[in-house]
Amino acid sequence: MEAVTSVSGRAYPWGQKNVDTDVIIPAHWLKTITRAGLGRGAFETVRAVPGNVFDDPAYAGAPILIAGDNFGCGSSREHAAWALGDLGIKAVIAPSFSDIFSGNAFKNGIVTVVLPQEAIDRLLEVAKTDPITVDLEHMTVTTPFQDRFEFSLDPFRRECLMHGLDEIGLTLERDEAITRYEAEIDGARPWVSQRAA
Amino acid sequence: MATRPLTLYEKVWNAHVVERRDDGTCLIYIDRHLVHEVTSPQAFEGLRAAGRKVRRPDLTLAVPDHNLPTTPRVDANGRELPIADPESATQLAALRHNVAEFGVPYIDALAPAQGIVHVVGPEQGFTLPGTTVVCGDSHTSAHGALGALAFGIGTSEVEHVLATQTLLLSQSKTMEVRVDGTLGFGVSPKDVILAIIGRIGAAGGTGYVIEYTGDVIRAMSLEGRLTVANMSIEGGARAGMIAPDDTTFAYLKGRAMAPTGADWDKAVDWWRSLATDAGAVYDKSVVLDASDIAPGLTWGTSPEDVVPITGVVPDPESFADPSKQAAARKSLDYMGLAPGTRMQDVAIQHVFIGSCTNSRIEDLRAAAAVADGRHVANGVRAMVVPGSGLVKQQAEAEGLDRIFTAAGFEWREPGCSMCLAMNPDKVPAGERCASTSNRNFVGRQGPGARTHLVSPAMAAAAAVSGRLTDVRELIG
Ligand code: SF4
Repeated sequence: MEAVTSVSGRAYPWGQKNVDTDVIIPAHWLKTITRAGLGRGAFETVRAVPGNVFDDPAYAGAPILIAGDNFGCGSSREHAAWALGDLGIKAVIAPSFSDIFSGNAFKNGIVTVVLPQEAIDRLLEVAKTDPITVDLEHMTVTTPFQDRFEFSLDPFRRECLMHGLDEIGLTLERDEAITRYEAEIDGARPWVSQRAA
Repeated sequence: MATRPLTLYEKVWNAHVVERRDDGTCLIYIDRHLVHEVTSPQAFEGLRAAGRKVRRPDLTLAVPDHNLPTTPRVDANGRELPIADPESATQLAALRHNVAEFGVPYIDALAPAQGIVHVVGPEQGFTLPGTTVVCGDSHTSAHGALGALAFGIGTSEVEHVLATQTLLLSQSKTMEVRVDGTLGFGVSPKDVILAIIGRIGAAGGTGYVIEYTGDVIRAMSLEGRLTVANMSIEGGARAGMIAPDDTTFAYLKGRAMAPTGADWDKAVDWWRSLATDAGAVYDKSVVLDASDIAPGLTWGTSPEDVVPITGVVPDPESFADPSKQAAARKSLDYMGLAPGTRMQDVAIQHVFIGSCTNSRIEDLRAAAAVADGRHVANGVRAMVVPGSGLVKQQAEAEGLDRIFTAAGFEWREPGCSMCLAMNPDKVPAGERCASTSNRNFVGRQGPGARTHLVSPAMAAAAAVSGRLTDVRELIG
């Protein structure tokens, strides 16, 4: 995972509530074998409507998405996070997220920022014309107009994001403990191991 | 050391803590990791990109199931037939490639032991009591029938387990579901779990690991217990467990990957010690009486929408909760059913006997007992899909295939099949299926398909009468 200390740039001013993972990436994309390339299927049904925010050239390549309440509800498919990442989105700002989605997003280096609806309304306004910055160091969202909204983040997740540590990398650092556990189990419950003798 | 009485779940959890972190989460060791073609390609890709390897291939077992067509897989000369759907073919090829590259033990699509991942694990003796078992599939809960702590995981977690053989987890709450008494005539384990889900609701188990206890569970075969534990997830619980006992040990002994010799004896001693201690406290307890359980089925699009076969389609207005009323109206609209209709008057066009819930040898015997000497009704398409190649072989040795085919059922190759319509087996829009699978969600068996979840015997009864039928009228 790449380290993220801040995300700056244009933001899709979407504001939609209750966006489920079927909207983020429809089920027929689940037959893929890679994480990559799912951006093509991201928001497929939304993008089928002309004039949608995702195809507006003003926001092309925007790294931030501003959405409404309960973003990422529905199925647990991690493909939703992969699709956003492939689209170039590195942060989503919304009043609330589904637990599973924010977990999946975090595991893929996407910051989920929770801000109250008033802040979202202001950011939706600014995003139409100007860039926005999400700063993990100070845990703020700022605009070129002196707006400054503070947010909080799980300390473990913040640490992982800022140092580009993925959970796998962190757990691999516990290799010694895992190896010790394996040795104990080989003694106590030898039938668990299928290692060729 | 102070010894507080512990539940089965707590004992298995404690035995797998590698490290306890300050925030209370634990690094938990994973003893058994099952892999299939749908949720693993991106995990292997992640390993490859990071230059990582599979830490314990010996604790990992891969088998394809979801995408495989259930039609013959080789031609008359034994040559492998191509898979028509290019995306399915690609996912299956990716699994073959990944297991070769990472050295993961693999049961190939053409091997006799191939089958649905949750049928294969116990059948091979890969799943053992007191182990932690994971798979990128929510029905991993099935393996809890052997006294394992078994649950489904997401693709990033699949990659995490492949790389580290561990997961970072928080402990769940415990729920006892006790079923007292003796099951009535014609009542099967599927009816028991449907009754349980009807009682606790589809979200009733959220945040809990269920332990199934009571005389009914103790009297059940291992196959029946697998059916019950399999559907724990339909009750919202991530896992469901049953304490290992002589039934479990008899089932496992001699299986291909089960321990042998001195290891076996040592294992059985430990497995026996896992039963919940007298005086241990569950966070929640639910008790059902077997005499209240009849052959049952679902009427709606949630597995909690359960009625006895002698019942009627409920009136949405009869539910107290307004959101449930709205959901029921939507369900009935999708299902094309009117309130008050007798379940036994509902005609069906399809019957599916299979899935990781009900595709083991006992399930096929129960269905064959009903099909024997009868014939599938006009206008009904009925298929039997064994859960694995070994189940298929055994059924054929017992002559069950001939009973089914003589009765007009299709006898097919093992796989997930019509359980989820990711392969070519689908129910057409607007048509109705009596199915032994586990999910009656909107579109689960194909866009617009209408599913009634039933036991294998009830499915066979529906096939021969062309409508939902009380199996007790056909047997005995
Ligand atoms: S049979 Fe159905 S529920 Fe079971 S693993 Fe296959 S698709 Fe999932």
